[in-house]
Amino acid sequence: MLSRIAESMFWIGRYIERADGTARILDVHLQLMLEDPWADEEATCRSLLALMGAPSPAGSEPATRAEVLSSLATDRENPSSIAYSLRAARENARRAREIVSVELWETLNTTSARLPHHLDSESAHRFFRWVRERVALSSGVTDDSTSRDEVWRFLALGRAIERTDMTARLLSTRSLSEAPGPSWTTILRSCGAYDAFLRSYRGAPGPTEAAEFLLLDRLFPRSVIYSICRAEECIRMIDPVTDRVGHSDAVLRALGRIRGDIEYRPLSEVLDDLPELTHRVQRVALEASEAIHARYFPTQAEPIWIGETS
Amino acid sequence: MGDLFDGYHPTFIAGTAGGRPPAVSAFDEMFDLSGTDAADGTGAAESAREPRRPYGELHRALSHMTQEELRGRTETLANSYLAQGVTFDFAGEERPFPLDAVPRVIEYEEWARIEQGVRQRVRALEAFLDDAYSHQHCVRDGVLPASLIASSQYFYRQAAGIRSANGVRIQVAGIDLIRDEHGEMRVLEDNVRVPSGVSYVISNRGVMAQTLPELFASMRVRPVSAYPNRLLRALRAAAPPGVVDPNVVVLTPGVFNSAYYEHTLLARLMGVELVEGRDLVCVGGKVFMRTTRGPRRVDVIYRRVDDDFLDPLQFRADSMLGAPGLMLAARLGNVTLANAVGNGVADDKLLYTYVPDLIRYYLAEEPILRNVDTWRLEDPGALEEVLDRLDELVVKPVDGSGGKGLVIGPAASRVELDELRAKLIADPRGWIAQPVVMLSTIPTLVDEGIRPRHADLRPFAVNDGDDVWVLPGGLTRVALPAGQLVVNSSQGGGSKDTWVVGEAPKAPAEAREELPELHRAGQPALAYEPQTRPAHSTIDGPEARTEQVTQQQQQQQQQGRGDPDAKGEQPC
Repeated sequence: MLSRIAESMFWIGRYIERADGTARILDVHLQLMLEDPWADEEATCRSLLALMGAPSPAGSEPATRAEVLSSLATDRENPSSIAYSLRAARENARRAREIVSVELWETLNTTSARLPHHLDSESAHRFFRWVRERVALSSGVTDDSTSRDEVWRFLALGRAIERTDMTARLLSTRSLSEAPGPSWTTILRSCGAYDAFLRSYRGAPGPTEAAEFLLLDRLFPRSVIYSICRAEECIRMIDPVTDRVGHSDAVLRALGRIRGDIEYRPLSEVLDDLPELTHRVQRVALEASEAIHARYFPTQAEPIWIGETS
Repeated sequence: MGDLFDGYHPTFIAGTAGGRPPAVSAFDEMFDLSGTDAADGTGAAESAREPRRPYGELHRALSHMTQEELRGRTETLANSYLAQGVTFDFAGEERPFPLDAVPRVIEYEEWARIEQGVRQRVRALEAFLDDAYSHQHCVRDGVLPASLIASSQYFYRQAAGIRSANGVRIQVAGIDLIRDEHGEMRVLEDNVRVPSGVSYVISNRGVMAQTLPELFASMRVRPVSAYPNRLLRALRAAAPPGVVDPNVVVLTPGVFNSAYYEHTLLARLMGVELVEGRDLVCVGGKVFMRTTRGPRRVDVIYRRVDDDFLDPLQFRADSMLGAPGLMLAARLGNVTLANAVGNGVADDKLLYTYVPDLIRYYLAEEPILRNVDTWRLEDPGALEEVLDRLDELVVKPVDGSGGKGLVIGPAASRVELDELRAKLIADPRGWIAQPVVMLSTIPTLVDEGIRPRHADLRPFAVNDGDDVWVLPGGLTRVALPAGQLVVNSSQGGGSKDTWVVGEAPKAPAEAREELPELHRAGQPALAYEPQTRPAHSTIDGPEARTEQVTQQQQQQQQQGRGDPDAKGEQPC
């Protein structure tokens, strides 16, 4: 398949997953601010902006709920926002219009067209729910109507890499290893992992279990380890090379190294430097993404015109 | 400025028979209405009216809203409940559980007292149950007549001598409180069998935060989300001795039970299995559940099935809801039933009148929360007095719950009163009588606007053997028809989110361990390390995009047409 198409599929996967993750995180955290009587709004908002890698308002200006909502949900210019991700997913689908199924294209197109420009704080929850539903619809439509060929693999690869990055971001908190409180519940809920967690740990809650679950659970589809394994699987299917010695594939090397580290290190050590480890996971996600680019989507040519050579 | 509180007047006793003027008006939770008169409550008085202290901030937030707006939000609340399946059956139709948008607010200072009172009551009832099902010291010492225990419909001889590993019988209690005309919280009844309603406390809070975020403002409402954990801890603590990792299950009568939503919610939030009677099998005095991998041992059953239906070998032989052999297993100490069988003797309404004495007897303390004055009809002279004043009293059957069989004298017809009279004479043990208590009122959104409606409060207590924990808040039930004093969802009642606000006066050392959150004032809810910006594709990245947009806009200019904001068509 065309590199350009592959790239678009990869980024559709990443962007819809990112929109979903961002919506979940914002929904849970904004609600937590109301339900947790001891949380400081200003500090929580800044922490939330930092988590998503968005710039905080300058020192003197207070960060408010409304601010977080507009910049991370509806601001079309902010690269960390839901709106930005959903529009980018749609743009990518448009560039691969002839490859993606009509259903997927229509889903993404409608989603992007219906994005609100402004959100009131009372309609925020409805909006996040809507985003999750649209993403679920996109994933479902793709799952059911895409052949398991390279197109599918690149999309799945994108999703797996983005999930790794999202979950790692959420784990980059010191709160998890310190005081009890609502923190671990919040993080689990942000990943949609709360129900699954309760069922597998039979309600024996604690920060250690939560971190362990999100990092190491082999069966939960949003855990770091599961996402990395999925990404590796996709790469192997895209390029089924069996090296006699080591791995020549840079992507596989990066993913495999971090996976081995997380999987085989004693849990206590893992938890001790959780923020550091999650930083590394994110770096690997970035590294892998770049390696995928270098290998599969060479971009010397003007991307717009490559389409005509087919 | 909103129009929410226009026409808000105090409530008086509805139509007192005998034409006597009402003596006192109900206590209103939000406003001090004592100055206003229903007849000439004028607009000027309304706007100048100041809310009580705990309601100050809420009132400010609400007064920015119009009725339309609040109605719209109420609609959203209801729709959200429909989607979540938080419903109850009304004449065969699924209706969303009614939640009123205006919450009830209780200041921590007052709450601390309620908490103490509820805790004290649960401890006393625990002691009483333990006593009633063993030596009955209370009878020997003359606190209670022996006949009171023996004649209680819910005293089960089958439960005598069964004691859980940590001695707890009331894992969960719901103590119904009301606020009387003078603003004092009093106990209306105790529920220590299978008190329900806690799921609504949890889901009310969630849906309120989603739909009416501005009301929360800076109120610092105490969270209620700890309940499932506390309950699970209490259930695990009651497990038979020697079990390292007890298997806890919730036993439900099935999907057609009106509280089924609650059973699923608790099972889900505790991460335990929700079983029906047919999933359980008792073999050799042990209880197992049928799983795909064969029978699995069950150690603790949080049962939401009534005593009568629990074990066909001991109680109703026609029960399809329980499992034969459960009581034997419990007696052998192989399984813990929570709440224990036979607790009903402690929430018999006649026993209720003795609870203050029980508190003094078992705990050597004075009751913190007072009872509502009650006539025991078997006392000498009491029956005569009650029959004489039947039209001004409330008469309740001792074993009823949820307002079943209750007769309010002033509101009853002559025929009803005559029927009641005959019943009382025939069975004085089966009834109690109380003066009509004006339940306090809370602003509630009804068809005419915001109006005062009567409400009660059910705090929930969880006993894990070491400590009785009281869920901050509880379920506020409100009667929607004007002047209605029976608050029950089966009788057209609604609910309100209940907020405990404000700080504890001074946290002592041991309480601080309980509330590590206190240290977090001024801290973010969760502190994250700053992260890198998310990666973008080369074409969609913020840098690339500007370049592309310019390029496309140039193309459009060449064509001389088009909205400058719209993206140009890409050649392909």
